[in-house]
Amino acid sequence: MIGARVLRALALTLAVGFGVPAAGQEQIVAGMSQNRVSITADFDGSEILIYGAVKRDAPAPQDAGQLEVIVTVEGPATPVTVRRKDRVAGIWLNNAQVRVDSAPSFYAVATTGPLRHILSDTENLRHAITIERVIRAIGIASEADKAGEFILALLRVRTNEGRYRILEGKVELSEDTLFRTDIVLPANLTEGEYKVRLFLLRDRKVVASQERVIGVRKEGLERFIFNMAHEQPLIYGLLSLVLAALAGWGASAMFRLIRV
Amino acid sequence: MQLYLPIAEVSVNAFLILGLGGIVGFLSGMFGVGGGFLITPLLFFIGVPPAVAVATGANQVVASSVSGVLAQLRRKGVDFTMGWVLLVGGFVGSAIGVWVFRLMTEAGQVDLFVQLSYVIFLGLIGAMMFQESLRSLLRSRKPGTPIRRSHVHSWVHGLPFKMKFRASGLYISVIPPLAVGALVGFLAAIMGVGGGFIMVPAMIYLLGMPTKVVIGTSLFQIIFVTAFTTVMHALTSQTVDMLLALLLILGGVVGAQIGSRVGMRLKAEQLRILLSLLVLAVSGRIAIDLLVTPGELYSVAPGVLP
Repeated sequence: MIGARVLRALALTLAVGFGVPAAGQEQIVAGMSQNRVSITADFDGSEILIYGAVKRDAPAPQDAGQLEVIVTVEGPATPVTVRRKDRVAGIWLNNAQVRVDSAPSFYAVATTGPLRHILSDTENLRHAITIERVIRAIGIASEADKAGEFILALLRVRTNEGRYRILEGKVELSEDTLFRTDIVLPANLTEGEYKVRLFLLRDRKVVASQERVIGVRKEGLERFIFNMAHEQPLIYGLLSLVLAALAGWGASAMFRLIRV
Repeated sequence: MQLYLPIAEVSVNAFLILGLGGIVGFLSGMFGVGGGFLITPLLFFIGVPPAVAVATGANQVVASSVSGVLAQLRRKGVDFTMGWVLLVGGFVGSAIGVWVFRLMTEAGQVDLFVQLSYVIFLGLIGAMMFQESLRSLLRSRKPGTPIRRSHVHSWVHGLPFKMKFRASGLYISVIPPLAVGALVGFLAAIMGVGGGFIMVPAMIYLLGMPTKVVIGTSLFQIIFVTAFTTVMHALTSQTVDMLLALLLILGGVVGAQIGSRVGMRLKAEQLRILLSLLVLAVSGRIAIDLLVTPGELYSVAPGVLP
């Protein structure tokens, strides 16, 4: 197992390497199985191992609460429009909409335990850990009645699509020192920088945090097509037509050969 | 075999897409419709974003129409004169359609507008064709009844600017074909389709063209309308997915060849009945979507409205 090997290596590094951390504090030393994901033609999702250790200069405090870990992975955010259908004159039509300033295209929260037990609301607000806190929707109340329901709907729809995930209890913590979790990135991934955040918590408060980045990029053919579509749209459009016409002619010619 | 689409940004099964292209191409070759009204909803269904589905669908229709026209050409089933006249009308109608589409987008009801035009136009045309072709099928089974003339002379034939359409065996004014072309272009721009399902019945019933040349001529003008749409989408929104189009095309061109061969074996009335049933089915499906309470009332679209 890669995970086990990494953890052993980490434990060894920790035992030898760290002599001078800040006094009385706990810090995170983190690593990832990969810090870039390439989307190629056969891309079908990817699993990323996020692991780490708690670095401390003194023994773990005895009086403090239990150590907990939260890991979040956040994909690039875009504005989104959430629409609601209503029945008007017997027909279901989009009747109301709310524009959300910024919602991540992917968001996963992995924890060592139930979120409401290990994280206080104030700390959640300050560090924007749960999905509800990450979505920025300012001034939506003026756009529609019951604007809050649009946000709930956004969470529900994206959770069903596998874009938003809450993985409570999916972070393994051993001996209050080493932790690891696996985050599955879905196949319908958007390009961009994926922000990984790690939080150490005690008594429902964040005591340490760290940020890392995973770069997700299209590669090879995917990169080539995407770039051409955006940089040379006219040539791209005409090329698509030529391909279509050639394929149409080719099939016609081929079938004639088969028949005769 | 999973394949990640660079523009649509979804991972799809390559064989599923090939199959979809094949089925739509088959229908396209058989009936002379581009298949846009089928491919676009099918792509939505497998999770391709609507904008990409519309633009890429148009690109696929170009290929299957080229393939179909070449097949029709060998049996002299294309009236080029009529095709060009229809096309001139089509571009005018299309320009007006794009303008109306933008107005509706600004009003925020473009989805409903598109769905309603599908239900109304597909429903009307499907019902009309079904009724007519059923009647003529029954008549042909009963011997002894007088054979109806291919077209009836009416006020349409009194209009000026007469022109000879040799392949169709018609000598009529250019005004009706221009108007039909414009109407189809207008609807095509609004509904994001080639317009074959409107064009075919319009040519049969309004212009009185023989069914033999209708399919080829319809496909001929669809090539240009959808080529124009593809380039416009590539330029304005970069939503043409070449990889997706290529898969659809590979399936589609083969399907179109088989379809046009099957179509030649069928009688004109049977062909029309089948097409009308297909049109009615699509119309009914969209009507159900509008009438039945959806499972999820909310929908999420990335980006803000233009």
